[in-house]
Amino acid sequence: MINLLLFPVLIPFLTAMILMFFPKRVSAQRTVTVIGMIASVISSAILLYTVMRDGVQAVTLGSWPAPFGITMVSDPLSAGLVLTSNLITLAIVFYSFRSIGAGREKHFYYPAMMFMLTGVNGAFTTGDIFNLFVFFEVLLMASYVLIVLGGEKRQLRESIKYILVNIVSSAFFVTTVAMLYSVTGTLNMADIAAKVSEIGQSGILTVIAVMLILVFGLKGAIFPLYFWLPSSYAAPPVPVLALFGALLTKVGVYAIMRTVTLLFPHDPGFTHEMLMILSILTVVAGCIGALAYFDLKQIVIYNIIIAVGVILFGVSQMNMAGLEGAVFYLIHDMFIKAGLFMLIGVIIAITGTSNLREMGGLLKTYPALAWTWLVAAFGLAGIPPLSGFFGKLLITQGAFEAGNLWGGIIILASSLIVLLSVIRIFIHAFWGEPKPVKGTSKQIYRGLFVPAALITALTVFYGVGTEWLRPVMFDAAEILHQPSIYIDAVLKE
Amino acid sequence: MRSSDVIIQTTTKVVFYIIFLFAIHIFFAGHYTPGGGFVGGLLTASAIVLLLLAFDIRTVKKALPINYTVLIATGLVLALGTASASILFNVPFFTHAYDYFTLPLFGETSLHSAMLFDLGVYLVVVGATMNIILSIGSDD
Repeated sequence: MINLLLFPVLIPFLTAMILMFFPKRVSAQRTVTVIGMIASVISSAILLYTVMRDGVQAVTLGSWPAPFGITMVSDPLSAGLVLTSNLITLAIVFYSFRSIGAGREKHFYYPAMMFMLTGVNGAFTTGDIFNLFVFFEVLLMASYVLIVLGGEKRQLRESIKYILVNIVSSAFFVTTVAMLYSVTGTLNMADIAAKVSEIGQSGILTVIAVMLILVFGLKGAIFPLYFWLPSSYAAPPVPVLALFGALLTKVGVYAIMRTVTLLFPHDPGFTHEMLMILSILTVVAGCIGALAYFDLKQIVIYNIIIAVGVILFGVSQMNMAGLEGAVFYLIHDMFIKAGLFMLIGVIIAITGTSNLREMGGLLKTYPALAWTWLVAAFGLAGIPPLSGFFGKLLITQGAFEAGNLWGGIIILASSLIVLLSVIRIFIHAFWGEPKPVKGTSKQIYRGLFVPAALITALTVFYGVGTEWLRPVMFDAAEILHQPSIYIDAVLKE
Repeated sequence: MRSSDVIIQTTTKVVFYIIFLFAIHIFFAGHYTPGGGFVGGLLTASAIVLLLLAFDIRTVKKALPINYTVLIATGLVLALGTASASILFNVPFFTHAYDYFTLPLFGETSLHSAMLFDLGVYLVVVGATMNIILSIGSDD
């Protein structure tokens, strides 16, 4: 099956098309979405297995020879991310049944979700930088629909900001790609990498590298480009927030990883140093935000920004430990953020507010929710053997090996603040005197809690099964560390 | 906007077909020369917009009872279906096939599977353009 790596892109795309034929029939929408998602999860699992067994998979569309056609490439990193996104989306689809409301379901909620997943999977899989732009646009278009769907006043205000920021960054993206093309004469990422190492990374190429980091940083929310994120993400309902928080910023992070490891790894004194400083500042800014708010959504949203900083710090170390840690932490963070957002959705559904000061004492009435939250919180902070531990361990090890002692210490210290910020939610929401709550029916509670608990359980497996997952992460990091494997897989066929 | 201008309505009835036929010409010309599904679709949409200007939305909806959202979905399925045929033959995605056939009236003609993909693009462009124009235009 030469086209196997396209299946996780094509199946959500096809599902979205089918869904567009009957937008008003809610139960049919749900059934088709679930079937499509399960097929997509299975195909991406087979893809990951194939990539691990046979090495990097590449196909150039339309039977063109490699640097001329659009190449799609699946290495362990992209296959792992694709599988992760599919699993998370499947859980959020189930979560949406009891939370999104029939009004949104009748107005292309599920098709938009599927189109967004198409874009996300495509961006993870593509090996062509202009095609990367196209898939970014696909996922952004769908995210515009999701952020504005429902038309509440706050959503409309925030969506204008969100669309404006993304249009500006997309314009920069195209400009940068055009500059890159005028210098290297190619758009194929493997070919660009080969050409850049041949002609040497001159000044103009470093400028382009920095521009790419800025463009992806605007989408991936690094310091100081994250200004739009906290308020925009808080506007849409919780399932959309979970989808955005788990997937969208990570696409930006993935693109930065490819930029600095595959395309422009030759001037680490400038680009990687800059990335490291920015990522540390991102962590610090995220920590301040996570402690400053008494709003559930804002606390977890600022934790996204911290995680982006931690991952990019690992990438900027450019040694095996740092990169492997970054890959580990990236996938951990996708799962744990989806889980946390889904859990705060349950809390908001029960209490009817996202203000921490107005809730308390849920431990007595909802013990399962409380302990699941605690597990997720410990996983986020990286308490062994939960999922965040090993990634952070490797990132810190990488930092010490590269001689960036202070950076490593700041990353470690940030874990304490992360723990404090989420334990604060535990203390305020679950401990203390029970406060009068809006309450919710058992059916809705179960419909929301089960997918959230399943994702949290997955993060526990991710942490406990580290040894078992290690080969995937190792291979992924090895390709990041030695881009020649990637280049050979694309160009020498 | 209500308009009952006899001249524009009469002209439109003729010009609509000219634009539509030209759109089909551009669509087929697109295989080797400038043109194709995208431009053809835009031209067709502009012909329908001309109808909207000359008559009103209700009349045009009666004459062309098309659900443009379904049109987009049909176009997407057609385009993706054509591209996906390559999966069955286990060649890289989007690989197109063509051959020469002798057809009555046309003589020897080359038929390309890429044309079906372009037809999908055409339907998507018509559907999307009309959706945008109708959702702006019907909002008063």
